[in-house]
Amino acid sequence: MSLDQLYQQIILDHSKARHGSGLAATEAPEGASTGQSHQLNPVCGDEVTLRLAVEDGRIAQVSWDGAGCSISMASASVLTDLAEGMTVAELHEVIDSFREVLRSRGKIHADPELLGDAAAFEGVARYAARVKCAMISWVAAEDALNQAA
Amino acid sequence: MALVSTPATLEQALPVMDNAEVMRIRNDFPVLHQLVNGRPLVYLDSGATSQNPVSVMEAEQEFYEQRNAAVHRGAHHLAVEATEAFEDARQTVADFVGADYSETIWTSNATEGLNLISYALSNAGLWASQGRGDAGLRDLALAPGDEIVVTEMEHHANLIPWQELAFRTGATLRYIPIDDAGSLRMDQAAQIIGSRTRLLAFTHASNVLGTINPVRELVALARSAGALVVLDACQSAPHLPLDVKDLDVDFAVFSGHKMLAPTGIGVLYGKQELLDILPPFLTGGSMITTVTMERAEYLPAPQRFEAGTQRISQAVALAAAANYLTETGLDRIHRWEAELGARMVAGLESLPGIRVLGPDAGKERIGLAAFDVEGVHAHDVGQFLDSRGIAVRVGHHCAQPLHRRLGLTATTRASTYLYNTTDDVDQFLDAVSGVRAYFGA
Repeated sequence: MSLDQLYQQIILDHSKARHGSGLAATEAPEGASTGQSHQLNPVCGDEVTLRLAVEDGRIAQVSWDGAGCSISMASASVLTDLAEGMTVAELHEVIDSFREVLRSRGKIHADPELLGDAAAFEGVARYAARVKCAMISWVAAEDALNQAA
Repeated sequence: MALVSTPATLEQALPVMDNAEVMRIRNDFPVLHQLVNGRPLVYLDSGATSQNPVSVMEAEQEFYEQRNAAVHRGAHHLAVEATEAFEDARQTVADFVGADYSETIWTSNATEGLNLISYALSNAGLWASQGRGDAGLRDLALAPGDEIVVTEMEHHANLIPWQELAFRTGATLRYIPIDDAGSLRMDQAAQIIGSRTRLLAFTHASNVLGTINPVRELVALARSAGALVVLDACQSAPHLPLDVKDLDVDFAVFSGHKMLAPTGIGVLYGKQELLDILPPFLTGGSMITTVTMERAEYLPAPQRFEAGTQRISQAVALAAAANYLTETGLDRIHRWEAELGARMVAGLESLPGIRVLGPDAGKERIGLAAFDVEGVHAHDVGQFLDSRGIAVRVGHHCAQPLHRRLGLTATTRASTYLYNTTDDVDQFLDAVSGVRAYFGA
């Protein structure tokens, strides 16, 4: 597998765009129920603090601060775009699917209908050392979601 | 070079190493001859773990095929053969670092060696408080008001055992800071090391910065303070001539797997007079004289610190590795790696957006370089290099406080050994030069 299959352009773009980053400067919508989670990968120092705001059963806002490699930052950015507007149940389904693909060592293909841009991380599954990079913000989102919903 | 005093031996008369010799050396290392991601492997992670030559693997295999038995027990032929091989290995490795036979203790790795010292010293306090053991233990016991001194550049293995020793004894842990170029602030060392200092622990050569610390100056400061000296020789014993007695340290540790041997074997050197009185760390079989249901008397060193069945084949393999290095010549290896390190740093510093940690180009360093690539995380750098068959280490290299001091969380480290050519370094530099463009930094 080539490096370009791992670092797809969409991942490189999102690693710079970082949609949703800037937690400290962002207010949660008034009246929304929020959950916040901090995740750290001690091996490489990747770090994400992510807050989810839920309003009327839907994800109203995803906001995060983080430092880490391009995979981890892009993954948080893609997650933000994907999650906002989803119902709590839909986001749970997406997180479960993403985890299943990432942990499959490349055996399970991503469903682009369900995962959208996050399907671009399919290639990460073949790099065992990088799976946690892609997962870190999703683990934070799941934890935050359980608190908020 | 001032850092090591090498007697005028035959090895200095031998010619300096060159690529032709390295190519011959590489024939002894099967693992180096493979393709990784379609490219010939360029292994630049020997600072983490080194590769084994055929002679080391054969020594271990020969032991299992012909001599395997438990040592120091049993009257049968194989037990005698195994014991001989095991103890001959100890003498070989003792000679390798200028230690005496009974001052050379097998451990699993350097980490275990450092923990052994840490626990033996807190046990010394326990024993002394109950009038057990030699009267000299009172002088080794630590108490509130006493100070343990380390440095800001330590690997976690030479930091956390001392944090925990301070916790167990009530002593205070202090550290010698570094300057921005990664050298110890010796002006501050002279102020920090004083009458309260009971123990000074520091690394001979930094696994991140490549700095070689001024062992003699630090030992002199410790001596005038009456403090014990612990030397972490993990990055020096494999790479340069080391004489623990000449350096006059009280303890030194190193790991076999960083010096062409398998994992699971390491060495603790300790001065005889200290090892003779220190309480053991691990207790059990093979380290006792008389045992009753109430208590036990212990053997002198080295067995005093070698409880349980030992890592016999690994010890034999480590001796084979020491022989391999001695035959090549540590002084020659050191000079070759210094050349590779200098080439690496000069090349890295010529690239835009690269910050090399540690001594500037032209200053003394061992054959490794850790660096930051502006705008690209170390994990991505490592992945990019791997796609070109180049193996490097990424992360904090078990030195979080050092990285924090330098304002970084993770760096990329390339580290050389006697089997690396200048072409390896050039391929590495060529690959690094493409990293920022690939990631759009």
